[in-house]
Amino acid sequence: MSVWVDKFDVFAGGFWLTLQICVLAAIGALVLGAVVAVLRISPVPPLRALGTAYVTIFRNMPLTVVMFFSAFALPALGSNADFLRIPGLELVFTRLGTDLPYFRFALIALTLYTAAFVCEALRAGINAVSPGQAEAARSLGLTFTQNLRYVVLPQSWKASIVPLGSVIIAMIKNSALIGFFGVVGDLSQSADQLTSAEGYAFIPVAIGISIGYLIMTVPLGALLDRIERRQAVAAR
Amino acid sequence: MSSVLYDVPGPRQRRLTLIISLLATVLVAVGAYYLIYLPLDEKGQFSMDLWGPLIDPSNENFTLVWERIWVGIENTLIAAALAIVASLIIGTLLAVLRLQLKSLAGRRYAGLSAPVAYLLRGLGSGLAVLTRVCVEVFRGLPVVITIFFVARGLPEFGVTLETLWYLVIGLTVYNGVVIAEILRSGMEGLPFGQREAAVAIGLSPFQTTTLILLPQSFRIMLPALISQLVVVLKDTSLGFIISYEETLNIGKQIIGVLSNPIQVYFVIAVLFILVNYSLSKLAQYVQKRLARGRKTANLPAASEVAAPIDAGAAV
Amino acid sequence: MRFTRAAVVATAAALTLGLTACGGDKTESGGTGTAKSFAAGSTMEKLNKAQAIKVGTKFDQPGFGLKGLSGKPEGFDVEVAKIIVKELGIPTDKIEFVETTSKIREDAIVNNNVDFIVATYTINDKRKERIAFAGPYYEAGQNILVKADDATITGPDAFKAGDKKVCSVTGSTPAENIKTYVKDVATQLVLFDTYDKCISALDGGQVNAVTTDNVILLGYVAKNEGKYKLAGDNFTKEPYGIGVKIDDKDFRSFINDTLEKAYKDGSWKKAWDDTAGKFGAELGSAPAVNRY
Repeated sequence: MSVWVDKFDVFAGGFWLTLQICVLAAIGALVLGAVVAVLRISPVPPLRALGTAYVTIFRNMPLTVVMFFSAFALPALGSNADFLRIPGLELVFTRLGTDLPYFRFALIALTLYTAAFVCEALRAGINAVSPGQAEAARSLGLTFTQNLRYVVLPQSWKASIVPLGSVIIAMIKNSALIGFFGVVGDLSQSADQLTSAEGYAFIPVAIGISIGYLIMTVPLGALLDRIERRQAVAAR
Repeated sequence: MSSVLYDVPGPRQRRLTLIISLLATVLVAVGAYYLIYLPLDEKGQFSMDLWGPLIDPSNENFTLVWERIWVGIENTLIAAALAIVASLIIGTLLAVLRLQLKSLAGRRYAGLSAPVAYLLRGLGSGLAVLTRVCVEVFRGLPVVITIFFVARGLPEFGVTLETLWYLVIGLTVYNGVVIAEILRSGMEGLPFGQREAAVAIGLSPFQTTTLILLPQSFRIMLPALISQLVVVLKDTSLGFIISYEETLNIGKQIIGVLSNPIQVYFVIAVLFILVNYSLSKLAQYVQKRLARGRKTANLPAASEVAAPIDAGAAV
Repeated sequence: MRFTRAAVVATAAALTLGLTACGGDKTESGGTGTAKSFAAGSTMEKLNKAQAIKVGTKFDQPGFGLKGLSGKPEGFDVEVAKIIVKELGIPTDKIEFVETTSKIREDAIVNNNVDFIVATYTINDKRKERIAFAGPYYEAGQNILVKADDATITGPDAFKAGDKKVCSVTGSTPAENIKTYVKDVATQLVLFDTYDKCISALDGGQVNAVTTDNVILLGYVAKNEGKYKLAGDNFTKEPYGIGVKIDDKDFRSFINDTLEKAYKDGSWKKAWDDTAGKFGAELGSAPAVNRY
């Protein structure tokens, strides 16, 4: 068990790196997911098709495959994802700015993949708003954007929040895969490092990194449960 | 739903839409040509040396490659099927257990002597806490970690199995818990009258759960359950971590010989999308059939909300 | 049309046959099991009686253990394993090859998943705490692969400046070794699960070099003529051993005897020439087995 004390910095570093990519990917996925959701309900058929295709592809593909394409097909397209080297952000999220692009590739993969689920969560919320609301808005002469902006979205937001939370929790867990695609030093890769390269016993290390993940997922889950219960009471 | 958001377009609007659509399509096509096709072509990624073994039946390696891929698909499906069945069984048991424990929590055991009653109550609440912790922990851990835990942890306790079983157990531990939660929330979301009626006709709590609540919960939560099954299928791809020979791992071996990673992964991605997409289409069909079979007033609405909640639990 | 297809199938079949015939040696036929007499209660006797054996090797290491399109692993490690298994009086087609990646090798032996391991397995003291090694049967050394036109990297010291990036495989010895040379692991080191991915990264320019044992790297040099080169000399010694259970001294010396016999009768050299030797790596003289 001494590994927890001896290698505390490794656990802490791994936690910090995992947290970084999760925060960035969550923001990215929420934004992109919202865009895709709007595409999927928009009045223009090709845009709708585009949105549907996006969701179909990314929901049905294992994240491992998405990660692979991001890490190996993007370079083949001649991109090192340098557009993600956003000047201010590099100060906090140091890995964004390094010459090694794998953190950025992993971030792109996680964002693209999660956005499909974010889109579905948002759409579920929109579906939960009773159709009469939108119809009433239309009969008042509101356009598509006005309808969304003033009538549907403010109401769907509440129904979306719990599914969205689940998506984000799933994303945190999915981030465990980034260690297999060239990102050195996240929580799961640290476990690998400690057990196979440095020879620490498996069980204590596994417990250590499990705690790392649970610190992120369990409180978020508890919060969601609370919100869900309060909404259930409010609905009665 | 989406159609209620905007009016049926008139002639002017339709013309505008058409123009925008055409423009967008052209833009996408041109963009794809310059940003995707040209760079890939320049790197020779479209050469038949790389694609041949995968798509050209006259290529010397074509049969061998597809035999290998077929082995991988078989292994993927076997692992997925076993994990799905096991998760459903474990999930159902766990859901019933948790609900029973909850109903036991309020019981006073009036007919028994005080120490025995306290013991039973303590046991009941202890078990309730234990299952709760198990659910929270396994729901909060990445599947990769769970699989790793099983594959490297079990042997430390002297249990050695084929890699297939490590993968199946790892997937079951995680997905069983998720399915249990789906079913439980389905049962708890049922109108309270269901339970009251069951009690009124003299069913025991266990009978109430298994005869009244569970079947309805399955029906309501079917979409969520199905999307969880797609998740299981996708998660078998994590078998490559513990050297299980599923599709991706076989792909890796093929790449080792032919050095065409992008092409092999592309084919694998298409395979996964096809299988999973047809699985979800099948699920929708079943769902529709079931809904047509019995017209219960407000159940479908609940299911629509429930579906994507757990769809997000995917890897 | 129908005719061509038939012809194609025939060609493919012929090619397959040809491949197995030259790559796999006559061992493919397996020979027959013979009851040999071994000391009662020894591992050798047990395996000989069972007429079945599990051997751990790599499935993704060109030249040493690569599971090809035939679905059977091929390479120097596989051939060495076959030499030993034949000596046990077991036909080689009774071998069940199990994939043992770098990070699970010790576990596989300790947990009885395999009977022995031949998997580019470097003998070192830390591993000797959990398992025992027969051999070595080959001596490799760590080296660095760079693009042919790269003159800036001439040895591991090139990574000390902190601007060159290097790729290796998770949990492997070379990955640990190179860490002592790089200035900042977070910005200079990339780890994947296979060397193929490292080579892709080198092609794409994400990393400047790939490091691991010279023989593995030579495989890539040979496969892509003129594209890559090795930068400088080996900077470590990596004696490859055969992993067995830590307390199984008899089995270990049996393997050592077998290796020495194979050195003498030429089967060791033939195994090399048929597999990794094709990459142009020097076999060198037979390394003396270490009986500790």
